[in-house]
Amino acid sequence: MNPECVSQINDDGDALSLCFSGPWTISTLPFSLPDVPSLLTDGISSLYFNTDRLEQWDSAFLVEISAITEMAAELGITVVTDGLPDGIRKLLRLTRKKTVIPPSSNSLESGLFEEIGKQSLALVKESVQMLTFTGDIFLAYIRFFTGRARYLKKDFTFFLFDCGPQALPIITLISFLVGFTLAFIGAVQLKMFGADIYVANLVGLTMTREMGPMMAAIIMAGRTGASYAAQLGTMQVNEEVDALQTMGINPLDFLVLPRMTALILMMPLLAICSDFIGIVGGFFIGCFSLDISPILYYEQTIKAVHLNHFLVGMIKSVVFGYLVAFCGCLKGMNCGRSADSVGKATTSAVVTSIVLIVITDAGFTFFFNVLGI
Amino acid sequence: MTHSEALITVDNLTMAYGDFVLQKELSFTIRKGSIFTIMGESGCGKSTLLRHLTGLKRPAAGDIMYNGINFWKQPLKKRVQLMQKSGVLYQSGALWSSMTIGENVALPLQQFTDLTEDLIREIVEIKLALVGLKGFSSYLPSAISGGMKKRAGLARAIALDPEIVFFDEPSAGLDPISSKMLDDLILELRDSLGATIVIVTHELASIFALADDSIFLDTETRTMLATGNPRILAKNSDSSKVRQFLSRSTSVRD
Repeated sequence: MNPECVSQINDDGDALSLCFSGPWTISTLPFSLPDVPSLLTDGISSLYFNTDRLEQWDSAFLVEISAITEMAAELGITVVTDGLPDGIRKLLRLTRKKTVIPPSSNSLESGLFEEIGKQSLALVKESVQMLTFTGDIFLAYIRFFTGRARYLKKDFTFFLFDCGPQALPIITLISFLVGFTLAFIGAVQLKMFGADIYVANLVGLTMTREMGPMMAAIIMAGRTGASYAAQLGTMQVNEEVDALQTMGINPLDFLVLPRMTALILMMPLLAICSDFIGIVGGFFIGCFSLDISPILYYEQTIKAVHLNHFLVGMIKSVVFGYLVAFCGCLKGMNCGRSADSVGKATTSAVVTSIVLIVITDAGFTFFFNVLGI
Repeated sequence: MTHSEALITVDNLTMAYGDFVLQKELSFTIRKGSIFTIMGESGCGKSTLLRHLTGLKRPAAGDIMYNGINFWKQPLKKRVQLMQKSGVLYQSGALWSSMTIGENVALPLQQFTDLTEDLIREIVEIKLALVGLKGFSSYLPSAISGGMKKRAGLARAIALDPEIVFFDEPSAGLDPISSKMLDDLILELRDSLGATIVIVTHELASIFALADDSIFLDTETRTMLATGNPRILAKNSDSSKVRQFLSRSTSVRD
């Protein structure tokens, strides 16, 4: 049997009765209803329901009845719900309970100018957050060096191990391939001028000054920076950071200092590893693809790479280490209270780190160039 | 209201994590249209039993029957169909934080029905109104209180007009007034929707206000100590532990 609704108007013409029969459920949609709005406006003063032959009902029926009763109420028509099933009457009563809605509705739609304004404010807020965090970190390091910072030594050694030896395999693989690729591309160009041997200069200088520190930093941003943001963000969600604060432990000392110090200390070592492995990658191409003698390649590399090139790379790697740890910890500590915000904090930590690394590297390159180093 | 027909029958159920048996020899019946509470001390396996009843965890031994159908002997497709007949309200509401309240409630309707977006929107509004959250559709879960999250979770749980609604410690973290309001809402929804309600709780006020039937799980013996109406169990249970629990006392002795 199909869902049916028949309308009846009494002899006086002032009462409308809707008689429902059959099953009125989501599975029997669509329903065919008489034109209720026009029936209601025809001098009707009261509305009745007859559900004696109604077989089944669910939310779909509730939606229809709710719409009809609301329409009737707006037109000032008396709605008599006695003929409805008990369940529907109770549900209708529940839906009409008043709710107090706070004024700040979370509207997802906003205009162009509103969006520009929101983004600008967010940028200002983020800059203020960064500056504040920098100041907090500075104060935390003063406490650290004066022996007043409260943190766990085993946490520190764990993070040293985590962002040092644990990161070596991935750093080794990527650096080898970067050196390998650099040598390949350089070889094709230099061969045209018969200057194959300068592949050693190209790879040696690029790895020590630029690519070694930068590749190590970018890998660590994706690996450790993201992990810091996720760890600290989850701790915010679980109120672990609040628990530390209420115990009188400064979360910056306890959570941020060990992580940041470990990464700042380990990053130059990772960069040294990256430099060396990248040069080895280039060495393979030089010896096996360009037929340069291994001794010659070695001597050319030693001749090209000076201590100052190496030191430039080291200075960069310390700063990059700070930036990666800074972004990871900043985003984690300022994470919201939901699972969603942990994801956002992690993504933002990686993106911000990489952007800052590239900008800082450009600045360094310009600066060292001006100084003639 | 009388409820005689069995909706869920649990027969000799053993729950285990690996070799560790959490509870064994659990046998009870949940009657259609009734409110059934799962009681017991912390760590006795109440929430694990709920995971078994909702089809999230396979029993180590024993059977769980829905309307006479043995759940774990069905193919995956049929099991998914059976699972869709139930709604679950988790302890924290478990709302998907990247979606608005309205989208949370709409998702099961979008995934499992062919309804038009307009009708889904209307149903979502009705469901939210039922739980007292009319007008909160566009709010993100992070913007509402814990009690409201639970009510929004309830609106999502009843989105598909389920036959059975499971509640995992609905009163946890709520003040007494909000807790009482949620209990009243559960009763009203049971009476109006005719759904069967299964509640994991150790809130005595909720147990006495709501339950038609109950089961008491014990940590020491790792099995059920009693099953029946909690008001009757409080006075006449053979187990002193059950009487102690239900009278919130430490002095009841055999």
